[in-house]
Amino acid sequence: MSVLKLAVPSKGRLQEKTMAWFAEHGINVSRAGSDREYSGVVTGVEGVELVMLSAGEIPKELKAGRIHLGVTGTDLIHEKLPLWQSVVVNLQELGFGQADLIIAVPKGWVDVDCVEDLDGVAAQFRANHGYRLRIATKYHNLVRGFLRSKGVADYQLVDSQGATEGVVKNLTAEAIADITSSGATLEANHLKTLDDGLILQSQACVFASRTADWSDASRAALRDMATKTGWDITGI
Amino acid sequence: MSPVAVKSLAGRLSNAFLAAGAVPVEAEALQPAEVLLDLYGEDIRGRAYVTDDPVDGEQMLRPDFTVPVVQMHMADGAEPARYTYNGPVWRKQEPGAGRAKEYLQVGFELFDRHDPAASDAEVFALFHEILKPYGLRMATGDVGLLAAAIDGLTTTARRKERLRRQIWRPDRFHHLLDMYSGKAENLPTRIALLDQVEAKGAKAVLKAAGPLLGVRSEAEIMARVASLQKDATTRPIPENEVEALEELLALHGPAADALQTLRGVEDRLNGFAPAVDRLEARLNAMAAQGVNVETLPFEASFGLTSLEYYDGFVFGFFDGETPISSGGRYDALTAVLGQGRSIPAVGGVIRPDALAAVGGVA
Repeated sequence: MSVLKLAVPSKGRLQEKTMAWFAEHGINVSRAGSDREYSGVVTGVEGVELVMLSAGEIPKELKAGRIHLGVTGTDLIHEKLPLWQSVVVNLQELGFGQADLIIAVPKGWVDVDCVEDLDGVAAQFRANHGYRLRIATKYHNLVRGFLRSKGVADYQLVDSQGATEGVVKNLTAEAIADITSSGATLEANHLKTLDDGLILQSQACVFASRTADWSDASRAALRDMATKTGWDITGI
Repeated sequence: MSPVAVKSLAGRLSNAFLAAGAVPVEAEALQPAEVLLDLYGEDIRGRAYVTDDPVDGEQMLRPDFTVPVVQMHMADGAEPARYTYNGPVWRKQEPGAGRAKEYLQVGFELFDRHDPAASDAEVFALFHEILKPYGLRMATGDVGLLAAAIDGLTTTARRKERLRRQIWRPDRFHHLLDMYSGKAENLPTRIALLDQVEAKGAKAVLKAAGPLLGVRSEAEIMARVASLQKDATTRPIPENEVEALEELLALHGPAADALQTLRGVEDRLNGFAPAVDRLEARLNAMAAQGVNVETLPFEASFGLTSLEYYDGFVFGFFDGETPISSGGRYDALTAVLGQGRSIPAVGGVIRPDALAAVGGVA
């Protein structure tokens, strides 16, 4: 019977690298049956059940305590769980899935290099157009918190859940806040990052839920995993 | 303190405002978000609860009564007018801070064109009288002094406008002031841009940057580059004026002494004297209402924190660091909401839940 639920991303490179990382540490995580089935098996440790979830769902499942461990990005944890320190413990930085949450503006804005410039443009834009400069993002809490700390208020956030780099060309926003790893997508869309617009450096991590039911048996399974991975589990 | 006791205290506060001649008013809990967003900027979304109506669009749970009361008065109020209200407001709080998200506010607002000093004094004296039994710490200030001091600086309208925009953000304000007075270098990226523009011309620099996307036009970028160029050659704000401004920001002491200090500063800033005259008139009016201005605390930078609509007299009552009551003058807000019309206005609120928790009072 399974006593510890481990959630990993349900697809893509993030999943492959997660599985490879666990395999290196003597824990074999693999899909059950076909590639399309969202369940899997764990061997090498006793009592661990694998669930496959979208990386974006994992934070709230950790918070609800429906999973004990979950692999997802720090960006998603910080955005979706404002009190994340009291909800999860970061057990392991995995060293992949690195991405920076940044603010980017059109390259043609030669007069904008930093947040201070963005603030100046925001005032000018509002006076000229009668509405606030729009920043497209899916990271509403992180972006709002960052800009508040920088004293910028004359803007509005518009929601963009994907292909955010395209919104400026489509005239639905003037700037974006999104994650980027190589900067290639920004480049291809004629955008540039602000020098001091780095909001968060994110990477994939193993998070443990503080709210899950940590029975003696599930703790034993966690100890087993910790022996193989070297995790410090004293905080759980 | 039980909710019933807090409600009963709110009722007694409300009665005190009624006895002072106020007309009771109500406001809807759901307010159109657009007006509040226009006034406060995107920040307000972090502080107020936003919801959506399929027909009326975005709505906010009212974060205060001031905006709906001003709108109501501008629509059909007779002058002068005194209003009071008593009801819940909703504010998002810092995660984990444990502060109430819903709490009562009992308030008093006075709309009167006649004599601003007398209106300020009337409102403050009323709050002072009601809160006297609680032995609270008082604070007063005047946002108008700082605004007048900025107006009086020897510099361009653009720089004054930038400084005014940052009045509410002390760090940014000081950073700008350092740059404008030559104490801090211009931004390196800006110097690089202006050098390039100097060498090749703005059009060539823009062209070299690649295709321009989005709503913001080439003309807008050129206009800002031109204003940055102009700004870079603007002479620094004179040292003695910056000193006067810094002295003003640091001013903290009994109101009567503060007035004397300001009389010493006023000659160093153009056109600053009328703002000091207004402070003097207010203090005289307060004294006439029985407030002891010899001991009343005054702090020129008080109120420069969160609520961006006060533009003159500001006051607060505290239990230690816990705010119990706050208020001030907000003439500019009525101009924004009145679409061309305006009416001088001053008012304040008391939080009965916080007041009920003050020790030592039955």
